[in-house]
Amino acid sequence: MHLEYQVYEADFVNAGAASSAIKKTLKQLNVSPQIIKRVVVALYEAEVNAIAHAYGGTIYADIEPDKITLKVVDTGPGIPDIDWAMQEGNSTASPEVRNMGFGAGMGLPNIQKNVDKLNVTSTVGVGTTVEMEVNFV
Amino acid sequence: MKLREISELLNATVRCGEDRLDEEHETAFASDLMSDVLTLGDYNPVILTGLCNMQTIRTCEMGNLDIIVLVRRKKATDEMIEEAEDEGMVVMESDFSMFKACGLLFQNGMQPIF
Repeated sequence: MHLEYQVYEADFVNAGAASSAIKKTLKQLNVSPQIIKRVVVALYEAEVNAIAHAYGGTIYADIEPDKITLKVVDTGPGIPDIDWAMQEGNSTASPEVRNMGFGAGMGLPNIQKNVDKLNVTSTVGVGTTVEMEVNFV
Repeated sequence: MKLREISELLNATVRCGEDRLDEEHETAFASDLMSDVLTLGDYNPVILTGLCNMQTIRTCEMGNLDIIVLVRRKKATDEMIEEAEDEGMVVMESDFSMFKACGLLFQNGMQPIF
C-alpha cells in the first residue's frame, strides 16, 4: 500500500494529521499497538520537523506485509551538520516551535530510538530527506 | 487512584471522558515538552502539562496517552476537545500550578514512571 501526504511550512494546526492518518491505517491492518506507537512517534517527529524547520514537504509511506518504509522529503534550508543534529539537546528551533512544545533537540534522536533503519540526507539550501523503516515482527 | 479522585484532588474540571472517571491509574508524568512525552515507550501515565494547544492532543494521540491534565489555568479550546473526544481521551483542567498538582498527586500515592 502506498500513501502520500503533503505538509506545509508553519502549519502547526495540522501538524500530525499525516501521522494520525497512518496510525489509523496501521490499526485497520491489525499491526500491533507497540509497533504502531514506534512508527507514529518517529513519523510525527519527522512531520513536525518538516513543518517547523523546512518549507514543507511530502511524506511517502509504503506498507508491506512485514514492514513500513517512510520517507519525509522537505524543501528547506537543509542540515549543515547531521551528526550535530542527531545529538540530544541540539536544536535550531524558533521560539514559535518551542511554544508548540518542540524544539528541544529531541526529534532526530527520538526517531532513531523508534525505527529499525534511519537514513538522513541533506543538502544545504535544498532540503532534507529522512528515510525510516520499521519491521512489523 | 481513580481518575475521579485525581479530578477532586486537583479541583479540576473534566472537559471530556467523564465516563472513564472510575478507571484506576497508578502513574503520572509531567512535562511541557512534547518530545519528552514521546519518549515514554509503552507506559500510559496520566500526563500533566501546561502546554495547551492542538499539539498537546496530537502528541498524546501518537504516544497512546489518553489522560491529560492541563495545569496552570490552561483551558482547552473546543477544537482540542473535539479531537480528544474522537480519540476517547480524558481531558481535565486544573487551576493549580504544575508543582502543586504533581505534589498533591504524589502525596496521595500516584507513582512516577522513572
